[in-house]
Amino acid sequence: MKKLLASFVLSMLLAFGSGSLLAQSGGELRFCLRSEPKTLNPLLAADDASETIRYMTGGVLVRVNRLTQDLEPEIATSWKVTNGGKTITFQLRDGVRFSDGTPFSADDVVYTMQQLMDPALHSPTGDAFRSSEGKVETQVLPKNHVRITFPAPIAGLDKLFDQVAIMSAKSPQKEMAVLGPYFVAENKAGAYLLLKRNPNYWEKDPAGRPLPYIESVRLDIQQNRDIEMLRLNRGEIHFINSLDAEYFDKVVAQNPSMAHDAGASLDSEEMWFNQVANSPLPPYKKAWFTSTNFRRAISEAINREDLARIVFRGHARPAVGPVSPANKFWVNAKLQAHPFDQKSALQRLAQDGFHLQDGVLYDHEGHAVEFSIITNAGNKYRERMAAMIQQDLSGIGIKLNVVTLDFPSLIERITRTFDYEACLLGLVNDELDPNAQMTLWLSSADSHQWNPSQKAPATAWEAEIDKLMRAQASTLDPKKRKEDFDKVQEIAWQQEPFIYLVNKNALSAVSPALHNAHPVVLRPQVYWNIDQLSLTNEVAKNR
Amino acid sequence: MKWARITAIVFLLAVSAACLLANFITPASYAHQFRDEPDAQPSRQHVLGTDDLGRDRFSRVLYGTRVSLLLAPTAALLSSLLAAFVGGIAGFAGGRVERCVMAGTDLFLSLPWLFLLITVRALLPLNVSPIVSVLITFAMLGCLGWAGAARIICADARSLSQSDFILLARASGSSGFRLLWRHLVPNLKPVLYAQFWISVPVFILTEANLGILGLGVAEPMPSWGSLLRELEGFSSISGQVWQLVPLILFILVVSSFHLVLTKEELPV
Repeated sequence: MKKLLASFVLSMLLAFGSGSLLAQSGGELRFCLRSEPKTLNPLLAADDASETIRYMTGGVLVRVNRLTQDLEPEIATSWKVTNGGKTITFQLRDGVRFSDGTPFSADDVVYTMQQLMDPALHSPTGDAFRSSEGKVETQVLPKNHVRITFPAPIAGLDKLFDQVAIMSAKSPQKEMAVLGPYFVAENKAGAYLLLKRNPNYWEKDPAGRPLPYIESVRLDIQQNRDIEMLRLNRGEIHFINSLDAEYFDKVVAQNPSMAHDAGASLDSEEMWFNQVANSPLPPYKKAWFTSTNFRRAISEAINREDLARIVFRGHARPAVGPVSPANKFWVNAKLQAHPFDQKSALQRLAQDGFHLQDGVLYDHEGHAVEFSIITNAGNKYRERMAAMIQQDLSGIGIKLNVVTLDFPSLIERITRTFDYEACLLGLVNDELDPNAQMTLWLSSADSHQWNPSQKAPATAWEAEIDKLMRAQASTLDPKKRKEDFDKVQEIAWQQEPFIYLVNKNALSAVSPALHNAHPVVLRPQVYWNIDQLSLTNEVAKNR
Repeated sequence: MKWARITAIVFLLAVSAACLLANFITPASYAHQFRDEPDAQPSRQHVLGTDDLGRDRFSRVLYGTRVSLLLAPTAALLSSLLAAFVGGIAGFAGGRVERCVMAGTDLFLSLPWLFLLITVRALLPLNVSPIVSVLITFAMLGCLGWAGAARIICADARSLSQSDFILLARASGSSGFRLLWRHLVPNLKPVLYAQFWISVPVFILTEANLGILGLGVAEPMPSWGSLLRELEGFSSISGQVWQLVPLILFILVVSSFHLVLTKEELPV
């Protein structure tokens, strides 16, 4: 309770405290998108740019507070999950209007759900709600209530509505009529998008002033990061939402007050061995890769601290498992990163009959231990990590060949031909709930990278993970779900099908002209509180 | 411009000697990571500082130059020989043979090189050592780079085959192969030399392009491509001028290869 109160006070202070005193209405906020949004339909958003537009324009029933990671009311003032996780009932806010003036009603929620679940639309957002076959029923109840019933229970159901932007059933502007703080006023293909303040936005600040404070947002399409940096330094844009370590250090060197390191993000970098039974690898290599001792030894022979310190210039931390410490609720805090210990690695290998001779490691059949690791070409952080792992493994007599491949070739090898030995890639994780990782952990899933699409679990520990993942998905009790997912993390930590290497930090750069910006680890890092952001008086007047 | 040619030759010889003696000159292996000194500035121990992973940059420049300087001429020799074979036979035979061979050459020229290289590289076995990977990369360059030169050699061979001395040789009873080997090939030598010298910097540049895309020589072996990748993003070099050394060396070497050609050897 104390923790909840503290986080509430903190978020209130950050959101309304100093910000509201300084808040100056007007002005134009500018920042860059790395690519053009593929769609402006919020139900079809899948790429970063489209999701940015959806976040800024879409009105949602509930919103995950990116700072506290708690669910907060938006267009719904309250909600209740019942019927074993199959049903959710929302109490809707009165007097809300879309950006074009069309009144909002429960019918709009019904319409949005119909669109979302329409198989013909192929909505990526809708996929999260498709737990099983059957129809989703949406029912309008008296007193501005709406009830949505799914054919099967969905764990973490309420949080999924963070992604569902409500569309108008009646507006002639269709998806361009929005309930969020901004609406798309201009879209110059390939050049920029201009968002204008939604005059009908429902939220007001504690002083009763309408939100958002900033009059318009201009999003320039800019792929070149150097130009983006130059524009930030010249004051032409107000922030860079996500930076890599190298650019972040440049910001620190040039203008330290702009640099924000929010700590470990949800994203991880990891490597895994090919354990596919019918892969074209020789049997002795399959035996290496399916051995827990071998995987644990490789893990212990890699210096994660050095990877974080050198490759990511200190803006990363050694990874422990599938859940980053940034995911406050779901992380299994009992687990620690595997320490760098080459002696222990050699002892583990000795248990499987490996032996070191003249600086070369041999297996019990006399094969020198050598394997290749593939990664995507052009990602210099992964290439550097691979080079460091190469040197680390040479310390226990293993020869590692680093191969960089163009991305389509790499995907072909890891998903279709299985003609590879080890792979180094990253996992971009947007969701806090473990259900988002379901396709990664179920042995029958396509994305179970080390050995996908198994008819029956190949190992006892994979069967156990299957059981635990299904168990946590079928209950609504957060405590029980946490217990189950903690066990999944323990098994992953012990077996290391994925050797987690580092969690990159969430890095951003924010101009001092932008007020109320408190970058966080969850996406969108800088503008998660877009309606609360404001520009300094001077900037606001000049624009 | 004789002095420029001599300077270029002396420079190329000096660089080649330094690269061949890299084992004795460099303070450390090109692969060794001084993990306590990543991105270090020039010092007595590391005259050009260290790279992102703490590897001695001077060692990497010398070894990288060795890789490019040894293998680019080898690839150029391979492509020149292929071009001489294809272009020479087509030009000498003339008629339908020439048309068919040149149509094939045109088709080869129209292929998108870079994508072809990327595709071929993706099909290669994964478990090869860095040395083998570098050999494969340059062998591919050599095998794919003959088509342009073949057209020039074909045109030259056609022109020669219609010349008076070939007519005289035919009249003297020279057979087809003797005619080709004793009379035509010696007269194609200047254009073959020119094609060879032109190909060397082209292959160096192509490897550098592949390296910049991350598809060149495998880690930890350096090459000019991987060294030039460090300069990605113009803001990264500001204040660290020593990072420009590979680029300067690269420009000087490529320019020297062009200067080595005499006026007579330059393609018209």
